[in-house]
Amino acid sequence: MPQFWRKSDSTAIVVALLLMWLMPFLISTYTLTVLVIYGMLGLSLGLIWGFGGILCFGQAAFFGLGAYTYAIAAINIGESTIPMLLAVFVPALFAALLGAMMFYGRLTDVYLGVITLVVTLILFKFVNSTAGPQYTIGEARLGGFNGIPGFHTLNIPGLPEEFIWGDALYYVCAVALFLAYFFVTWLLRTSFGRIAIGIRENETRVSLMGYDVRARKTALFAIGAAIAGLAGAFFANWGEIVTPGLFSLGQSAEVIIWCIVGGLGTRFGPIIGAAGLAYLKFLLGQQTFIDNTLITGIILVLFVLFLPKGIVPAVSSLWQISFGRRASRKSANRRPRRKVRNANG
Amino acid sequence: MVEAVLETVGLTKRFGGVVASSNVNFSLKPNELRCLIGPNGAGKSTFFKCVTGLHTPSEGQVFMRGQETTGWHPHEIASLGVGIKTQVSNVMDGLTVFENIWMAGRRFMSAKEAAQKANDVIDRLALGPIAKSELGRLAHGERQRVELGLVVVADPWLVLLDEPAAGMTAEDVDRMSAIIHELTRTSAVVIVEHDMQFIRSIASTVTVFHQGTVLMEDHVDVVMSDPTVRNVYLGKKA
Repeated sequence: MPQFWRKSDSTAIVVALLLMWLMPFLISTYTLTVLVIYGMLGLSLGLIWGFGGILCFGQAAFFGLGAYTYAIAAINIGESTIPMLLAVFVPALFAALLGAMMFYGRLTDVYLGVITLVVTLILFKFVNSTAGPQYTIGEARLGGFNGIPGFHTLNIPGLPEEFIWGDALYYVCAVALFLAYFFVTWLLRTSFGRIAIGIRENETRVSLMGYDVRARKTALFAIGAAIAGLAGAFFANWGEIVTPGLFSLGQSAEVIIWCIVGGLGTRFGPIIGAAGLAYLKFLLGQQTFIDNTLITGIILVLFVLFLPKGIVPAVSSLWQISFGRRASRKSANRRPRRKVRNANG
Repeated sequence: MVEAVLETVGLTKRFGGVVASSNVNFSLKPNELRCLIGPNGAGKSTFFKCVTGLHTPSEGQVFMRGQETTGWHPHEIASLGVGIKTQVSNVMDGLTVFENIWMAGRRFMSAKEAAQKANDVIDRLALGPIAKSELGRLAHGERQRVELGLVVVADPWLVLLDEPAAGMTAEDVDRMSAIIHELTRTSAVVIVEHDMQFIRSIASTVTVFHQGTVLMEDHVDVVMSDPTVRNVYLGKKA
């Protein structure tokens, strides 16, 4: 029976606090904020793909939906607390409906990928075409390809005039990521999470045990979308504008690459993959010598070829081989299981 | 008359023009042990899949403890308290033996009870030394045994096993028949099987399938000495 509080959790807290405190000395908090937000987006896909076995090509759709929900609600409401909640709730509801349609329709693998991809594309095309003045929700104009600028950004709950921005926004985002990480950790230790992993491993078996796989996958899918939506809302606050680019296929593909590079089936991997690759993209964006996407592509190919399990699993097995006690060394020396099965799906 | 735990009435399954299972009437009493035999393509597995909800029957009805379950999903049938083991080994490869068995128990009890029950089952099936190993690393016989553990942990009143002894060593087969005998104390058991040796060793009533229909139904010894059955099995070890 696994305990709900483990020793590794204390380590994780210490590491997280240290990172939160030290990183601003190395990178500006403005950049850090977006890295943290991407980390949260990576975590959301890491949960549903790495632990639920649901390869979603449309995580950007939930991210964008969260951002747009926030922007539209903030313009109409004039403060940030309710819009933040809506930005979590709306993508979750959307994902629940979409997921129910897919999972109750017994769609799997490739078809799931295609549908989520197409949904992202539809949202992208739709939002892009809402430039006309007739497209308004309440007082908010959708603005088409120009996006929505000038909405009320994050404030201290109850005090609409006390804005949270700059360094403060970074710390809020970091704490939010931290909480999301522990939420995911907790979720994976509950019966729900353990059964979700069972579904990833063998759907038929779990249904033969008497579990309704369709309902469980839908629920997990919605939880993943909620986290992505939250990340989207923070992104809207960071950028102070939302544009249809949030729904782009490039964004969706990037999330998948973050997960593969960071390490699928781990909680920390997708976060580190997201932050690392996004920072690399930021650095590369400052020069014009090599194209950005080319580098991302090369990194993906190199990882799939040489480090298919991703950074975090590779580092942790290296750690075990070098420093682990004999018992753990034995397990590390065994033939490693490859994770590509999911990546192919 | 005792109510049948499992009953099918006129069960028929067609795949296009092929009638894989034709008008099968089948009835199973509580705590009965029944083997389904027949040559390849006789319709045993199709019948099995129709009963477990993996296939939807084209015609006919399935009843479990008097309740009609025709066209139910596998998870709904399993929720009634029916333990199912498919022909192809269906286990969760990336998880440990304990985690596999725990999960099967968790459906019917709290997480804590399931953990206790899983440990009991692990002891009973002598899986102790490999309890923390991942299923993907285990030998075929061990995996079969774990899958049986998944079935028994939930205390089913009806157990449906498709070829549980396939590809097992003699020692594993012996252990398997002991476990099955123990199972019949609390539940009815249906076994689809090819291995006549194994069926003799558990000595049960046998239903013989042939070309989608039930050929005969009797005790294993009677069935084995029947000339028609021998004819059907011609060339097979009988």
